[in-house]
Amino acid sequence: MLDAILFAVLSAVAVAGALAMVSRRHPLGSALALIVVMIALAGLYALLAAPLVAILQILVYGGAILALIVFVIMLLNVREEDLAHEDGLRGRLGMGLTVAGLLFMGLAAGIHAIPADPFAPPPPGFGGIVAVGRGLFRDYAVPFEVVSLLLTVAVVSAVGMAKRRLD
Amino acid sequence: MALHAPLLVAAALFSIGVGGFVARRNVFALLMCIELMLNAVNLVFVTFSRQWLSVEGHVTVLLVVALAAAEAAVALAIVIMLFRHRETLDVDVFASMKE
Repeated sequence: MLDAILFAVLSAVAVAGALAMVSRRHPLGSALALIVVMIALAGLYALLAAPLVAILQILVYGGAILALIVFVIMLLNVREEDLAHEDGLRGRLGMGLTVAGLLFMGLAAGIHAIPADPFAPPPPGFGGIVAVGRGLFRDYAVPFEVVSLLLTVAVVSAVGMAKRRLD
Repeated sequence: MALHAPLLVAAALFSIGVGGFVARRNVFALLMCIELMLNAVNLVFVTFSRQWLSVEGHVTVLLVVALAAAEAAVALAIVIMLFRHRETLDVDVFASMKE
């Protein structure tokens, strides 16, 4: 019962935050709305028996990726005249919302075709550090190493790109 | 709680991300719409992990988060370069590949 209430509240916060994110004109407002979405999603992960993923969502998404985005927005010192010319933003958002509604109806129809039983209670330790770590470092060790290599390459190239002086 | 509710939330978030991506012209808004879509997909992975009681979905989510971090780093570096060159965040101005 408590789960259902928490789930409804967190879902509403996530969807409202997403709508606020796409409709803010200044990117800083969008970034703050996106942080709200990330934290609400972390709560949903915790409700879905994924405590480690929930913590990493807050640490990596809310803490690192969004901080990076906010940092770059501040670094560029975005003023009103630098923003995109979005005069018809309201109309464009209406169009985007129509696209979103159509897509959502299609997806919802597909979701309702999936047979659903109530969730079985998870075994003890499910989604904890031990269980996920065993999966990550034993069964998925090669993808993990490949991703770490990719992340290193991406960060080095990003630093190289952003450091280059204009000539 | 059953499978449908989280999947519908994920579908709503993904749809909003797609709608925002076609509606906005601000390059930061587009990046954040991509992040939103990645997060919606992560929610689907976690939901099915819960359904089948397998941690493989959790592992996949962690890999996707690492990919999203790599994507954000490269994309933001590109945005910094573009902003220094063009002094704007309007993606319609960044059309030199068309010419």
